[in-house]
Amino acid sequence: MSGDATSASATPLDASGGGGSARDIGRRLLITLGPIVVSLVLAGCVLLVLGINPLAYYGYVVDRGLLSPLGLQQTLTRMAPLLFLAAGLIVAFRAGMWNLGGDGQFLLGAVTAAASAPLLVQVLPGWLTLVAAFVIATVVAMIWSLIPALLRAYQGVNEIITTLMMSFLGVSLANVLVKLVFLDPATTVPQTRTLPVEDRLPRLFETTVTSGLLFGLVTIIAVHLMMTRTAFGLKLRVVGANPRAAVHAGLNVPLLTVTVFALSAGLIGMGGAVDIVGIQGNVRADWNPAYGLAVIPVVFLARMNGFAAIGFVFLLSVLSIGGESAARRLGVPQNFTMVLVSIVLITLAVAEYLDHRFNQARRA
Amino acid sequence: MGGFLSETFLAALLFGAITAAIPLLLAGLGEQMSEKAGVLNIGIEGMMIAGAYAGFLGAYYSGSFWLGFATGAAAGILVAALMALLCVRLGLNQIVIGIALTLGLEGLTALLHHFQFSRSYPRLPAAQVTPIPLLAEIPVFGPALFRHHLIVYLAVAAVFAMIWVYRRTQLGLNLQAAGDKPAALDVAGIDVVRTRTAAVLFTGGMAGLGGAYLANVGAGLFIPFITNGAGFLGIVLAMLARGRPLWVLAGALIFGGCLSLTTAAQVAGINVPTDVIQMVPFLAVMAMLVLFGRRASLPAALGIPYERGAR
Repeated sequence: MSGDATSASATPLDASGGGGSARDIGRRLLITLGPIVVSLVLAGCVLLVLGINPLAYYGYVVDRGLLSPLGLQQTLTRMAPLLFLAAGLIVAFRAGMWNLGGDGQFLLGAVTAAASAPLLVQVLPGWLTLVAAFVIATVVAMIWSLIPALLRAYQGVNEIITTLMMSFLGVSLANVLVKLVFLDPATTVPQTRTLPVEDRLPRLFETTVTSGLLFGLVTIIAVHLMMTRTAFGLKLRVVGANPRAAVHAGLNVPLLTVTVFALSAGLIGMGGAVDIVGIQGNVRADWNPAYGLAVIPVVFLARMNGFAAIGFVFLLSVLSIGGESAARRLGVPQNFTMVLVSIVLITLAVAEYLDHRFNQARRA
Repeated sequence: MGGFLSETFLAALLFGAITAAIPLLLAGLGEQMSEKAGVLNIGIEGMMIAGAYAGFLGAYYSGSFWLGFATGAAAGILVAALMALLCVRLGLNQIVIGIALTLGLEGLTALLHHFQFSRSYPRLPAAQVTPIPLLAEIPVFGPALFRHHLIVYLAVAAVFAMIWVYRRTQLGLNLQAAGDKPAALDVAGIDVVRTRTAAVLFTGGMAGLGGAYLANVGAGLFIPFITNGAGFLGIVLAMLARGRPLWVLAGALIFGGCLSLTTAAQVAGINVPTDVIQMVPFLAVMAMLVLFGRRASLPAALGIPYERGAR
């Protein structure tokens, strides 16, 4: 049983996320915001080394991602696919499965949604097209997770590696599909057919924000409640916390494993669909936003709590929209966001460790 | 350009297979040691990219390939030291830290490369080969297998060195125990943390070396994200090899052959899109995992930080 050992440590059973005294809340706030501040300072040092004024950079990012009306709308729009990804990862991580194949699942979902929607819209009513695109993306992503799921469930093969491998494969396959199969014959640039703007998901009120944001919010809250408040969620968490105990409790662990993968990948595939039918309209060749790895830290930062994840997804969106502007204006590539996110991940882990030690010392 | 099966073509195919296999071999051997000692090193991709970047810098500015390998290995060890500090000493989650290191170093090297070389993309000259006397004269196999940079032979020698370490030395036993039953090693008076730290540092050095070879000899230049999953392939090799260095070599050659075959097909005029080529090694990996995955046994205490007296 190779996967058990590695996964057990990451998923605490106390899913409710604490609560309690004001002091407790203050402590949580400290070990969440503290690492972020430290990370901003450390990443600022990287900028300094590169000869860029960190304050100017961060100021620009906040201005473009949060304070300008257009930027804020873009940020909220960006949240839609990210929320689906976060929801998918929450399911997997809480059940102790390391689904690191988000990028492949996301892209394949996006590409199949992009390929089918413009054709379906010619024969089906608009709303049905959107539903169909969602279903197709979900199913495709689920299928893509099937091999790692079966290998983990019945052969005990570590899912970290298999999902990563399938992700590399999926990203390449998505590119092949765009360039060779789903090519729009009307354009010279390799891309899929474009879904007309009026057939996409409606925008919210008078803004440019996609209504996909609402779907994302509803989904992640539903997933959170499913994992924390239902018997099914409890089963999954038991599998995550201690697979051997789960077997003794009479749970069908292999079946639950496959279910977890299907749920996780399906939600991530939906993220791909919402990005296409809500925002992009088509997929260009070599398009890979690589959201998958960026969302993993968010889910950890939120301690796999859906409500907290919403806040951190917002933060990541600000960073990523602001970072894209900064890349164009200040010449700092988007890769800087990756560096910042990774530093956050490390400082967060260290903060949790220090908090743990501090608590032990106080109890002793 | 001769036919598909001409001698020069076959030689080029085999030569390419070896060149593609060496980084995987080095990464696989490195990962094997840290897995044996109970540390699942997902950060190996980050160590490799750090090695590729530092190795390229070293070779580019000094003009010496050997110095490039040294700086590459040093960068890998540096990253591994961070990993050892966080995951072995502090006992933080190895997967989280591994992802963070990979993500951060991919981003950082891309960033540094952008500010240094984004306009020029400098290349290194072709690596100097050391032909092995007599053997290099064999038709087809001679130029394919025995006309490589000296480091290639050293990498193959490392396989046998590892076999010796695991089978014949106390260190090999200690490493095994650190992965299977760390508490027993502790009782025997050997420091588990120190043993595991040594294993992780070794992994970093090997991964860094592999990255440097990939950039300097394989490609002749550094481009962002150049490793493209080679480190992860190393993890798979280590998993499938079940602690045997020779199997890592065999696996690396198979994957290297897959890579070389598709590149060679393209050279021979068979039009294969690059995206399809990139899929081939991963397809091979999945096929191997589906076929042999069940037998890919891993040490009992893999991924679990050691804490004295904990149950």
